[in-house]
Amino acid sequence: MDGIIQLQMWQMASAYLFIILLLFIVRLKGIPREKEILISTVRMTLQLILTGYVLVYLFDNINPLYTILTIIVMETFAISNIYKRMKNKLSKKIKRVIAFSMVFGTLFSLLYFLLVVINISPWYDPRYFIPIAGMIIGNSMTGISLGVSRLIDGLRDQSNLVETALMLGATPKRATKEMVNNAFDAAILPTINSMVGMGIVFLPGMMTGQILSGVSPLTAIEYQIAIMLGIVGSVALTVIIFVQLGYRTFFNKEHQLIMEDH
Amino acid sequence: MFKIQKLQYKNILNIENLIIPHNKITCIIGESGSGKTTLLRMLNKLISPDKGTIFYNKIPLTEMDSIELRRQVVMLPQSPGIFKGTIKDNLLIGLEFSEKPMVSDEELTKILEIVNLKKALDNVAEKLSGGEKQRLALGRIILMNPDVLLLDEPSSALDEDTELMIIEKLVTYCKERDKTLIMVTHSKKIAHTFGDTLIKIKNGEIVNQEEV
Repeated sequence: MDGIIQLQMWQMASAYLFIILLLFIVRLKGIPREKEILISTVRMTLQLILTGYVLVYLFDNINPLYTILTIIVMETFAISNIYKRMKNKLSKKIKRVIAFSMVFGTLFSLLYFLLVVINISPWYDPRYFIPIAGMIIGNSMTGISLGVSRLIDGLRDQSNLVETALMLGATPKRATKEMVNNAFDAAILPTINSMVGMGIVFLPGMMTGQILSGVSPLTAIEYQIAIMLGIVGSVALTVIIFVQLGYRTFFNKEHQLIMEDH
Repeated sequence: MFKIQKLQYKNILNIENLIIPHNKITCIIGESGSGKTTLLRMLNKLISPDKGTIFYNKIPLTEMDSIELRRQVVMLPQSPGIFKGTIKDNLLIGLEFSEKPMVSDEELTKILEIVNLKKALDNVAEKLSGGEKQRLALGRIILMNPDVLLLDEPSSALDEDTELMIIEKLVTYCKERDKTLIMVTHSKKIAHTFGDTLIKIKNGEIVNQEEV
């Protein structure tokens, strides 16, 4: 594990040359993105430095409460990030469904993965718990965001078809079947695609990290395969809970379509 | 059949009293924006009144399951949705939605004759013209064989001759089978030729109801 090259300050600084290059290009092309590039670079740097220190503290002071607190913070950030990403205002009901699907879907997959697949001990070991939670929650967040926008857009664009189906005596479930399936498909597709490219088109982050820190590539791929399966499971579970509960928020108890507050 | 008492819905409808008879052809006429479509949607329980009661066969709609009601009281909107697939798929989907048994191609062809749609069952439905789509959607609800048909301008996309022919066939079909037909129409000619009862709505209120 001692084969890793420690980056010196000047080496770190030299990596920022890429950003300077990017700034130069956008200025040359007249693309008004300089401010965003600068802000996001600074944010990324500060956030990661902070995370580094927080993780060092958590690893030095192992305590189940800290682990639980970290998960709560991660879930809260992920859920509020989903709300913020949506271009349309979300109804309270659908926000509740998003939060429930995220918490239930990710925690179930995470606990199964940590306690059954990897079998960590103690169960709250932050060295495993936190990075794996990050990957599972992060990927589920991306998946559910796609699912939410596809479901809302689908129901809004095709409200005429939904109403036609209702007028003919369809249940809300049947009337929205195509839109619900499309939302699920859109949410899960990027994860499926990333499985196809994995190892050939790109080396996944976790595996790269482990290899860089001196772990045998064979161990690294074992973890990568396991985490990939965990991610697929979590995205699928989160999104299926979301779409199954989400479409219902578009109907009242009289099975009438209510689009106004979505 | 339908009885409405003291109904209010936003600023759109305000009906003190209205009875729509059983097994008859009722035509609803009035200017656009007068609340005709809203009334039909309410009878289909796609929306509910803010105040007042609608009875169907003496039972308040609020006490009926919306889905069960819509399977007996089917509505055809002015711009009906056409689903992906063929003409056959679009005819059968009404039966699927309402969980009724499927029928043979022979029966489907008969339905196309009633609505005067001279197309093959395997034609792609989305490629039909506006008028053809409207007739396909009309065929779809006839096939469902409901007790009540609520039709919102069922012939608005048709030329006058086709319009008269289709409505005549539809009315004959309904009379032969003791159906109740409630139809919003812009055409006074249709209303007076085929309607047993005429209801005139103005600014959300019933201004006239007459037997023809």
